[in-house]
Amino acid sequence: MDALLQFMLSGVTVGAVYALVALGFTIIYNASDVVNFAQGEFVMLGGMITVFTYQAGLPLPLAAVLAIAITSLVGVALNKLALEPARGAPVVSLIIITIGASIFIRGAAQLIFDKQLHRFPSFSGDAPIHIFGATLVPQSLWVIGGAVLVFIALWLFFTKTLTGKAVLATANNRLAAQLVGINTGWVMTLSFALSAAIGALAGVLVTPITLVGYDVGVGLALKGFAAAMLGGMGNPKGALVGGISLGLLEALTAGYLSSQYKDAVAFIVILAVLFVMPQGLFGKSTTERV
Amino acid sequence: MKLLMTTAVSALVVLGSTAAMADIKLGASLSASGPAAFLGDPEAKTIEMMVDQINEAGGINGEKIDLVLYDDGGDPNKARTFATRLVEDDEVVAIIGGSTTGTTMSILSVAEDAEVPFISLAGAIQIIDPVRRWVFKTPHTDRMACEKIFSDMQQKGITKIGMISGTDGFGASMQAQCKDVAPKYAIEILADETYGPQDADMTPQLTKIRNTDGVQAILNPGFGQGPAIVTRNKAQLGIDLPLYESHGVASDGFIKLAGAAAAEGVRLPGTALLVAAILPDSDPQKPVVTAYKAAYEAKYGETVSTFGGYAHDAVDLMTNAMKTGGSDPAAIRDALEATQGYVGTTGIYSFSPEDHLGLDLSAFKMLEIRDGGWTLID
Repeated sequence: MDALLQFMLSGVTVGAVYALVALGFTIIYNASDVVNFAQGEFVMLGGMITVFTYQAGLPLPLAAVLAIAITSLVGVALNKLALEPARGAPVVSLIIITIGASIFIRGAAQLIFDKQLHRFPSFSGDAPIHIFGATLVPQSLWVIGGAVLVFIALWLFFTKTLTGKAVLATANNRLAAQLVGINTGWVMTLSFALSAAIGALAGVLVTPITLVGYDVGVGLALKGFAAAMLGGMGNPKGALVGGISLGLLEALTAGYLSSQYKDAVAFIVILAVLFVMPQGLFGKSTTERV
Repeated sequence: MKLLMTTAVSALVVLGSTAAMADIKLGASLSASGPAAFLGDPEAKTIEMMVDQINEAGGINGEKIDLVLYDDGGDPNKARTFATRLVEDDEVVAIIGGSTTGTTMSILSVAEDAEVPFISLAGAIQIIDPVRRWVFKTPHTDRMACEKIFSDMQQKGITKIGMISGTDGFGASMQAQCKDVAPKYAIEILADETYGPQDADMTPQLTKIRNTDGVQAILNPGFGQGPAIVTRNKAQLGIDLPLYESHGVASDGFIKLAGAAAAEGVRLPGTALLVAAILPDSDPQKPVVTAYKAAYEAKYGETVSTFGGYAHDAVDLMTNAMKTGGSDPAAIRDALEATQGYVGTTGIYSFSPEDHLGLDLSAFKMLEIRDGGWTLID
C-alpha cells in the first residue's frame, strides 16, 4: 500500500514538472499555431540564470525574478529576430525555425555558462514530508503548486481578459483580428514573452529536483510536448492533466511492470489516446473551412 | 613584382625554418564541444598545457612538439575524418584522443591502417580487448570499477544487491559489465532497475529495491544527474542500505549536486587525482597528482577532473616513448609497449604485448563520502 502511494507521489511530482513545461507551449501555440520547440531551452535558461546569479551573491528570490525577466527578453528577441522576419511562412517552417533557435540557445548557454550540472537549494529545505509511509520532498509541493497556479492564471487569461481573447483571435484569423483593431505584432511579442516567462518559472521551480545543465531542455521539451499532445495542444487544462497523467503512467509502470519499459508504455498509451481522440483529451475538434 | 618576390622569399624562409626545426608532430582529436564536452574539454586543455610545458622545457631531445588538435564534437564520423586528416595531411607520428568509445572506434581503425601509435581516452574494454598492435588506452575499464566495488562488498560481507542503472551509454555498459562479473565475487543481483538519463525522480525504482527481500546494498552505475538524484531519492525514502556509485561521478561536483547530507556514506571507486590532498606522503602517485592538479588549476581556474587526468597520462606516456623512439611511429609504438611502472594520475602503468591498458585494480581507490568530503577506505 505504501508502495502504491509512493509511486503516485513520484508520478505527481514528475507529472507536475511535465505539466509546467507543457503549459509553456500553450500561449505561443494559441497565438500562432506554432509549437515552440525552444520551450525546453526557456526552462533551461530559467534554471541556469538563477544558478549563476545566485552564485554571484544575489538572494534566491531576486535571482529567480531576474532569471524570469531575462528569459522573457530572450523570448521576445526570438520572436523579433527569428520568427517575425519569416512572417507569412507556413507554420511548419516556423516550427523548424524554433528547432534551430533551440540549438542556438543551447550552444550559447554552453559558452556563456558552462558544461556542468548545477543546483540551488530547495525553497523549503530537504526534510521529506511523510504521508502514510510514503515520502515527498517539500520542493514537489512548490512544483505542483506552481503548475496549478500557472494553469489557473492561463485559464483566466484566455477566458476572462480581452488580451487573452485577442491572442486567440490572432491565431484564428490574423487578418480578421487586424481588421477589428488587434495589434497582432504586439500579441505575438506578448505571447513569446509570457511563454518564456512560464518556461523560466518552471526552470526555477524544478531545478532543485531535476538539476540543470545547458542540455536539459531537449528532454524536458520532449516530455512536455508529449504531455501537451496527450491533453490537447493549446488547452491549459489539457497541459495540466496531460502532464500529471504522463508522470503517473511512468511511475506506475516503473513500479509495477518494469522500469526498462516505462517510457515505452507511456508513449504507447499516448499513441492509443491520439488514435481514438486525435485532438487529445481536451483539444477542440476543428473543422477546416474550404 | 618586388613585393611579390619579397613575399615569396619570406614564405620560403618560413617554410625552410619549419623544416629545419623538424618538430615532432603529435595529433589529437577530442570532443571538446558537444554532448561529450565534459570529457573532451578538460582533456584538450590538459594536452595543450602539457605540450606547452614540454616545449618551454626544451622539447623532446631538443625537438619541439607541434600539436595538431581537432574538435570532433563527439561525432564518430567527424573523428574518422580528422583522424584521416591527421595521418595523411598533417603527417603526425602519434595520435591521442577519442574522448568517447564511439569516436575512439573510428580513430583506431585509421590508426591501425596507417600504422601510427594511438592512445585512447575512452573507457570501453573493447578498445584493447582483443589487443590491437597500434592502440593503447589510459582510462580503466567499467569492468574494473565493478570488480573494485564488488571486492569492497565482499569485505563487508555483502552478497545480495539491488542495481539501479542509467540507460545512457555509460550506465548501460557498466550495468552489463557488473552483471557479467558479479558471479566471480559471489554477488547475487536481486533487483535490476533502470532510469532514463533525464529522469527527475527515481523513487519508484528505489521503492521496488527496498521492497525486495534480502537486498543488502544498492549499486548505481550511471553518469550525469541520475546518480545525484538517486542519492537524494534514497535519502528522501530513508532507505538504510549502503549505496555504491560509479567512478563516473567521482568528482566534488557530485557531492554538491547530491547534497552533503544525502551523500553521507556513499562509496565509490575513484582515482588518486580526486583525493590528491588526503593521499599519504608515501603514496607513489602523490607527487604526480599534486603537480598536475596545481598546474591545471592555476592555468584554467577550474578543478581538475579524472578525464583530464587520462589525457595527462596519455601525453606523458607518449612523450616518454618519443624520448626513446624519436619521431618514428614504429619505434614510438615499441617504446610505448615496453613502458614499465610509469606512475600517472590514474594509476601505475606497465604495458606488455598482451596488455595495452597496463593498469590493475590498485589504480582505483575505494572512497567514502564523509561530512561532504572524501575519505580513503583502503
